[in-house]
Amino acid sequence: MSPVAHPRLALQLPAWRSRLLLLLLLAWLAALAMRALYLQGLDNDFLQQKGESRYSRVIELAATRGPIVDRNNEPLAISTPVESVAASPADLEITPEQVRRLARLLDVDVADLRKKLADTKREFVYLKRQLPPDEAARVVALGIPGVFLQREHRRYYPAGEVTAHLIGLTDVDGRGREALELAFEQQLAGRDGSRRVIKDRLGKIVEDMESIRAPQNGSTLTLSIDAKIQYLAYRELKAAVAANRARAGSIVVLDVATGEVLAMASAPSFNPNNRGRFDPQRARNRAVTDLFEPGSTLKPFTAAAALEAGTVRPESVIDTAPGQLAIGNRVIHDVHPQGALTVAQVIQKSSNIGAAKIALELRPETLWNLFHQVGFGAAPHSGFPGEVPGRLRAAASWRPIEQATMSYGHGISVSLLQLARAYLIFATDGELRPATLLRREVPAGATRVISARTAHAVRRMLEMAAQPGGTAPRAQVTGYRVAGKTGTSYKPEGRGYATDRFVASFVGFAPASAPRLVVAVMIDEPPAGRHTGGAVAAPVFSAVVAEALRALGVPPDAPLDNVMLQPPDSQEIREEV
Amino acid sequence: MLRLNLVLLAVLTACALALVTSQHQARKLYVELQKEQELAKQFDVEWGQLQLEASTWATHARVEKLATRALGMRVPPASRVRVVPVPPAGGQP
Repeated sequence: MSPVAHPRLALQLPAWRSRLLLLLLLAWLAALAMRALYLQGLDNDFLQQKGESRYSRVIELAATRGPIVDRNNEPLAISTPVESVAASPADLEITPEQVRRLARLLDVDVADLRKKLADTKREFVYLKRQLPPDEAARVVALGIPGVFLQREHRRYYPAGEVTAHLIGLTDVDGRGREALELAFEQQLAGRDGSRRVIKDRLGKIVEDMESIRAPQNGSTLTLSIDAKIQYLAYRELKAAVAANRARAGSIVVLDVATGEVLAMASAPSFNPNNRGRFDPQRARNRAVTDLFEPGSTLKPFTAAAALEAGTVRPESVIDTAPGQLAIGNRVIHDVHPQGALTVAQVIQKSSNIGAAKIALELRPETLWNLFHQVGFGAAPHSGFPGEVPGRLRAAASWRPIEQATMSYGHGISVSLLQLARAYLIFATDGELRPATLLRREVPAGATRVISARTAHAVRRMLEMAAQPGGTAPRAQVTGYRVAGKTGTSYKPEGRGYATDRFVASFVGFAPASAPRLVVAVMIDEPPAGRHTGGAVAAPVFSAVVAEALRALGVPPDAPLDNVMLQPPDSQEIREEV
Repeated sequence: MLRLNLVLLAVLTACALALVTSQHQARKLYVELQKEQELAKQFDVEWGQLQLEASTWATHARVEKLATRALGMRVPPASRVRVVPVPPAGGQP
């Protein structure tokens, strides 16, 4: 059969059909080219990003919180990495036996652990936070799929309760929550960083692409505190508060030459390493945040103001008989009437009437000026958070009775740190420095408040007060001359004063010949009967000064038999309240 | 012209190979750097822990307890302390 042309093949197609097809194909090609151009050249960010995300990763670089150290670089707070054990219940494969072993390792309740692991919808649950690395390693050794470690930093406080009020603590996520940890948060915290890297299929980093932000570790905070003196101060204070069954107490030790705070402690304290039992009431740093009426510890300032004004001289005689003095419609008392006293004896025996009479000779502004200049009524700016300024009313509003009571420390309130700092003017030659909690390479500039002559005169009076015949013979220290003043005041209650609740205090410095340390002690609510500053606060001063001066290597400035005992037949001079 | 092209091709190939090798080298070195950095970090951690351990062992309270209880030490009374004044610097001993 010969091939016969199919009739259909002979059909003549219209030429436009092939041209249309060609055109369509060309259009298609052009569209593809356009698209390619668009993806390659114009809008390539998206695809590049997609590609990068296949191999590049951003990793977080955690900054370490800076340590806090004392003036000799002894650590007071250190952050160290710990492992937290976490689990992903969704991917967990665990046998009941393993649950028991895990619970034992983590020291948690088996039932609790089971409950945490039971919720299989969750992908992350902490089983136990902040374990030491060796314990964490044992958990990993169990090899349970779905249980893993998470690295965290934990803050440790080696000195524990000794520095608790001062350093404060951080919360579980490492942010400062109290005291200096809070105040210097910016400096301590540092800044987390991150960088972009290329990882291979095994998860190993093969190339550093860019550092997005370099991590900045927190910087070291160097305090002016001397850990040894801090420990001595806390130990003696704690013992005194316990022995007297007092409610609380505080102590501040200042370096006379620089105004630095060498120790600052309060009792009762708390353990900052155990965040579980944290009571904000106990965490308050009483030396800075609590106000009290200083009582007789203010009398030396009254005497200094009068000496400066020239209204009296140390040997001027003031008649304090018969033990009471009417001012307006009020009467002030001396519980132990003394008769005629010199100004020095007024301080030594702490006569209220003597102080009031000295003060009433002065213009209110004169007294106010001195109080103001030594820092009463203004926050001390030591760098501690929550400092209170205290209360010092404007001189224009003083009535005579107020001027009289203020001369012996009532009607005015101060913090212990303010009081300790104010005594710097007697320990130096009348100069005052800011009290600081940070170590200083160069001492801060001092301002002169009273003349050197006045300062020396008051220092002699204060030395007499800390001897038999004064109110604080118990402040004496073997081998060193000390000077200081007791204070005992009623606690304000409602509009008046409680008659059975006291604050006993002692502020002094040593050695008296060339003072090195100012030590201020405050005991809150010692038991009635033994409630005077001379009885409860002065012994703390004596013990701390004796050991601190030895620790500092200060040569004795007195013969070793310098401690004079109270003559057995005489009565100890009791503080006026 | 052809010879020049061939030479250029050879140079290009050599350059490409060199690039690949050096890239590989760089990555290997980087992995090593990583390891060393990791080690440094570990040492840092250990340093912190040792510091902490040292200060825990050396707590004043602990030292005092050991001295008084275990070793029977005590602070000498003032009467048994003698103060030796330091001779002035440059003076005859």
